[in-house]
Amino acid sequence: MKKYLATTLLGLSALALGSMAFAQKTTAEGIAEYRAMLADGNPAELYEAKGEGLWKQARGPKNTSLEKCDLGKGAGVVKGAFVELPRYFNDTQRVQDLESRLLTCMEQLQGFNADQIAKTRFGDGEQKTIESLVAYVSAESRDMTFNLPQKHAQEKLMYEVGKKVFYLRGGPMDFSCASCHGEDNKRIRLQDLPNLTRQPGASTGFGSWPAYRISAGDLWSMQRRLNDCYRQQRFPYPGYASDVTIALGVYMGVNSKGGVSTAPALKR
Amino acid sequence: MSDPMRIRAQAQGDKTTVRVLVGHEMESGQRKDAAGKVVPAWFIQSINATWNGKTVMSAQWGTAVSKNPFVQFSFKGGKAGDKIAVTWVDNRGDKRTDEAVIA
Repeated sequence: MKKYLATTLLGLSALALGSMAFAQKTTAEGIAEYRAMLADGNPAELYEAKGEGLWKQARGPKNTSLEKCDLGKGAGVVKGAFVELPRYFNDTQRVQDLESRLLTCMEQLQGFNADQIAKTRFGDGEQKTIESLVAYVSAESRDMTFNLPQKHAQEKLMYEVGKKVFYLRGGPMDFSCASCHGEDNKRIRLQDLPNLTRQPGASTGFGSWPAYRISAGDLWSMQRRLNDCYRQQRFPYPGYASDVTIALGVYMGVNSKGGVSTAPALKR
Repeated sequence: MSDPMRIRAQAQGDKTTVRVLVGHEMESGQRKDAAGKVVPAWFIQSINATWNGKTVMSAQWGTAVSKNPFVQFSFKGGKAGDKIAVTWVDNRGDKRTDEAVIA
């Protein structure tokens, strides 16, 4: 049987093999190579498949699927919806990002309690459902370019609010989002920090979430990523799907205009 | 219910390369939950791949293998249209088999 075993690569051993070749390369090239190696088996694909199933499955107190959910391009249209979110929705009369819109659909169509889901810990209960759903919805817009609408007054307002919040310094470390993500060519250890204030940094950063985070062993939505940003800044946690997180989404999304969405991507 | 595996198999010349993404928690049994209780070990113990019913790869895994592991291997032979089946068994006795066709 040995002769059939040829090469068996398991997770970390692939990394070890790669690092031997790193010596002659720059750090950035090495990281890019490591990412390419892992991209082959991005576990986000498992979430995509699960999410598609959950989208079509009749669930909740009303026993309905999400196939009638309007993500901004009409009821049930998933393709291309992700690259135009957050946007203003007439029925709820507010600007919503993907997660808050999914909450609306889960409440209106399936009869779930949106407030309760918003209070659920990440990775528990229906939050787990949302993780898979965002993987599915974002994957349907993979390789499409960001084009967030900025026609409605509310959308323009949310952009300005997002910008204010992005530059708002505070907390015990006097940090703002801009402290890490407001300049080009910055990094923390080996992590390149995208400049989210303009292209190409904005779509590199914003356009890769939701993503499978290897260190967490889980798929993280944009909301969870923002929550972690605030943890790192030692700010109080922003509420799940709260207006402030949506405003940041609008700010980063509009800045990403013309950039390509790679979500759900693979992160360290 | 376990999640389906994603299996991709590609024949090139006389060699076939198979890439499998397995969905499994792979709990090491070393972690504690929020209440301080040990999360019991739960991992794939054996994984087996067959090509038209003949075993081409078999491995025994332990707790050191990551969550949602990715396996890649290649073997001599195989052509487009042949069937690849991958089966794993975990320490709870759960089992899963998924099939794919070589492209």
